[in-house]
Amino acid sequence: MKKFKLQYKPFGEHSILIEWPQIISENVLKSVLLYKQKLENFEFKQKVYIKHAYNSILVSYSSTINNIYDEILTLKSILYEGFDSEHNDSILWKVPVCYDLEFGLDLEEISLKNNLEISKIIELHTNENYLVYFIGFLPGFLYLGGLDKKIHFPRKSTPRMQIEKGAVAIGGSQTGIYPNESPGGWNIIGSTPIEFFNVQKENPCFAKAGDKIQFISVSKVDYDQIASSIATHDYIIESEVIDD
Amino acid sequence: MIKVLHPGFYTTIQDLGRKDFQHLGVPMSGAMDMHAAKMANAILGNDTDCAVLEITMVGPKLEFNCETNIIVTGANLAPKINTTIVKNNTLINVNKGDILSFGTPINGFRAYLAVTGGFQSEIILNSRSMYQSITKASKLNKGDEIKIHTKSHISKKYSAIKMDSNYLNDNVISVFKGPEFHLMNNEQLNKLFNQEFTVSKENNRMAYQLQELVTNNLKGIITSLVLPGTVQLTPFGKLMVLMRDCQTTGGYPRVLQLLEASINLLSQKRVGDKIKFKLKAL
Repeated sequence: MKKFKLQYKPFGEHSILIEWPQIISENVLKSVLLYKQKLENFEFKQKVYIKHAYNSILVSYSSTINNIYDEILTLKSILYEGFDSEHNDSILWKVPVCYDLEFGLDLEEISLKNNLEISKIIELHTNENYLVYFIGFLPGFLYLGGLDKKIHFPRKSTPRMQIEKGAVAIGGSQTGIYPNESPGGWNIIGSTPIEFFNVQKENPCFAKAGDKIQFISVSKVDYDQIASSIATHDYIIESEVIDD
Repeated sequence: MIKVLHPGFYTTIQDLGRKDFQHLGVPMSGAMDMHAAKMANAILGNDTDCAVLEITMVGPKLEFNCETNIIVTGANLAPKINTTIVKNNTLINVNKGDILSFGTPINGFRAYLAVTGGFQSEIILNSRSMYQSITKASKLNKGDEIKIHTKSHISKKYSAIKMDSNYLNDNVISVFKGPEFHLMNNEQLNKLFNQEFTVSKENNRMAYQLQELVTNNLKGIITSLVLPGTVQLTPFGKLMVLMRDCQTTGGYPRVLQLLEASINLLSQKRVGDKIKFKLKAL
């Protein structure tokens, strides 16, 4: 695996930030996730909370760090000596989306300004397997990479006060799913009945960093049927293990 | 049980928050002035993770349906039991039918009400802290009933711990360098540490924005991790101090990081209050 130059920075009284170069890429993510796994396997003297984003890991300690520079040395040693035996399979999740205009409130505008038929927008959006980089912004909101340049579209200058749960949207060079009702400035192109965050479940969000998301275009009839199966807990989302 | 006769301006149930779920994008939450909340529990002899009520500016009116011990810490919002004025930081015995209400705020912005054994609301993702889309309600509403332990379950161990409310009058916010501190130029640093800043009307449990602008030529960063107490500098030049309900990630330069004690102190400030930043070495 490619080696990156890492920076270690104290971040408040309880946390240390580990940073990769300012790049969004699958290689950086792989390096981040490998280090994260080693940190999770390490037996720290106190409880730690480890989270990551595109090019960073934050290690937060439950009490004040005695000597931050000693602790940074410990973190560095884990990178070189820690183990990552536990192989975590990456999963491809097939997410049904209804792109009817009833849901895709901004499809016509994107079609007009990007000079693409709506059917072409849907084709481009469903062709890609999007990489899950991390979860942030809202509970269960996946940061996805891989949106086709032809359907990049700037965020709205005035955000909508309310975007419905399940809305599938495009914001600049990114695409994503609103896991819950929220204000938001992204352009809505469809809706999924799949729940990306459910506090009733032991694991509230089924997807994890390193997984991929594929959007499958479904009719309104299928959308309604999936929604009612989800309501009665009879729906299992289609998925497959990704071979590296 | 406690009955909410009037919810006040913005009253929520809070505890130490949800530390285990940031990797799923769940905010930390928890009492804004964690010090005041912890002291309330400590004086009552409660466990430190017992849920308290966080009362913002204008207090609620609450009726007790059983005998218990209570305490109010943090802001002095002129608490009263029935018609008798009671003191902050002092253990109070309440009887069945007693009504706790509040008057005109005297000092500070957020008060904490603890009861013996803590408020027994639903635990979601290991915490009782209210947050929209995680808990059913995001604040108390009129007519709500919250379960508390009745007196027969109360342990008698009282603490000799005393709480000092003098910190409410401080206005120095101590900070460490944030991850993007080094990107700032001398003019920006000069402004940050030699000028007073005013709490703007955009202040809530997610973030406190400050009124005075700091000219900003910094590039945004690739979306990275943030914490309660992170001070972001927006492209418009606004300083945004993230608080307990903040998102888990953000894309603005993180120029400063508040000490825990300073997050508690800032929680006690309201629109128009002046603060000064003071840089501390780690």
